[in-house]
Amino acid sequence: MSEGRVALVTGGSRGIGLATARRLQRDGCRVAVTWRSAPPAPLEGPAGSEPLLPVSCDVTSPEQVEAAFKETEERLGNVEILVCSAGITDDTLLLRMSEDSWSAVIETNLTATYRTCKRASQKMLRARYGRIVLISSVVGLLGSAGQTNYAASKAGLVGFGRSLARELAGRNITVNVVAPGVVSTDMTAVLGAERLSALTSAVPLQRAAEPEEVAGAVAWLVSEEAGYVTGAVIPVDGGLGMGH
Amino acid sequence: MTRVDNEAAFEKFKECAVEVLQVPAEKITPAASFAGDLEADSLEVVELVMALEEAFDITVEESELEGVETIGQAFELVTSKL
Ligand SMILES: NC(=O)c1ccc[n+]([C@@H]2O[C@H](COP(=O)([O-])OP(=O)(O)OC[C@H]3O[C@@H](n4cnc5c(N)ncnc54)[C@H](OP(=O)(O)O)[C@@H]3O)[C@@H](O)[C@H]2O)c1
Repeated sequence: MSEGRVALVTGGSRGIGLATARRLQRDGCRVAVTWRSAPPAPLEGPAGSEPLLPVSCDVTSPEQVEAAFKETEERLGNVEILVCSAGITDDTLLLRMSEDSWSAVIETNLTATYRTCKRASQKMLRARYGRIVLISSVVGLLGSAGQTNYAASKAGLVGFGRSLARELAGRNITVNVVAPGVVSTDMTAVLGAERLSALTSAVPLQRAAEPEEVAGAVAWLVSEEAGYVTGAVIPVDGGLGMGH
Repeated sequence: MTRVDNEAAFEKFKECAVEVLQVPAEKITPAASFAGDLEADSLEVVELVMALEEAFDITVEESELEGVETIGQAFELVTSKL
């Protein structure tokens, strides 16, 4: 449990980010979520919990990230738990991949994570407390045809996260990475039933994960219980990435 | 800067250093070195710089920090921007 802590979840409007935000809300955190297209609904959680605070923010904009932190600080307090879940795919084979497609994915998945972590760690350093979780992917280490940009960004998060874990370790701040496999969200829905069933057939557990199953791992990593875990890459992939 | 201003600035500088580095005020002397006398690691020095930027409303570039090893040198850098 992480009761009373202030959390910010990027990409908290949908999918894994929203499931994580709701789980932290249930665990007693005060949770802000970023949104671009539409804030999540409802904002209310179970009785006794604080409603989610939706903050409008495109993580590719340094100004909007700064504004999102400011708003969260004013309304809830300094961010003690940061979950970076905002992410995109733009799949195509390398030979057909444009510079724009490459940059957009690296910018959203990797550079924006640098930006949000940098901003959050300023206050965490002073507080001598912090929990950062980055949502990577099984394909970061496994590789995936058609996803060179995405896999590069997700592998990048591992190197980034582990370096940051070392930088901040002396200040009671942990940085960990969660690497989901196939999860039932909008991101995988666009693949279509056929491609999805081909993907899940390669999964030892023979199914896709629910976003709540990824949220469970994140909730544990940010809890007091996991205080001695840092620089870890936790797979939540039904066994898909075993050995990597 | 007059002598009085300079002393006031050093007091403010000292407050930041005491808070960030968590050392007694008497240890914050111009000759004190970050790594040796104050046992500050690189992250603490960065934290101090950030606190000073806020307290004095200045910005310090990464490159300006090169060779800054003592309290006196850091204070000089700060006052050069006031
Ligand atoms: N689903 C999977 O199978 C799977 C597997 C492994 C890893 N992951 C990773 O898990 C994370 C969440 O994925 P998901 O499946 O939950 O995806 P999703 O349902 O498509 O949701 C993506 C989230 O990211 C946000 N987002 C995207 N670009 C953004 C930007 N520039 N600024 C702010 N927010 C932005 C979206 O916000 P809007 O609502 O405003 O668009 C949305 O909240 C991603 O990093 C993804 O790579 C997913």
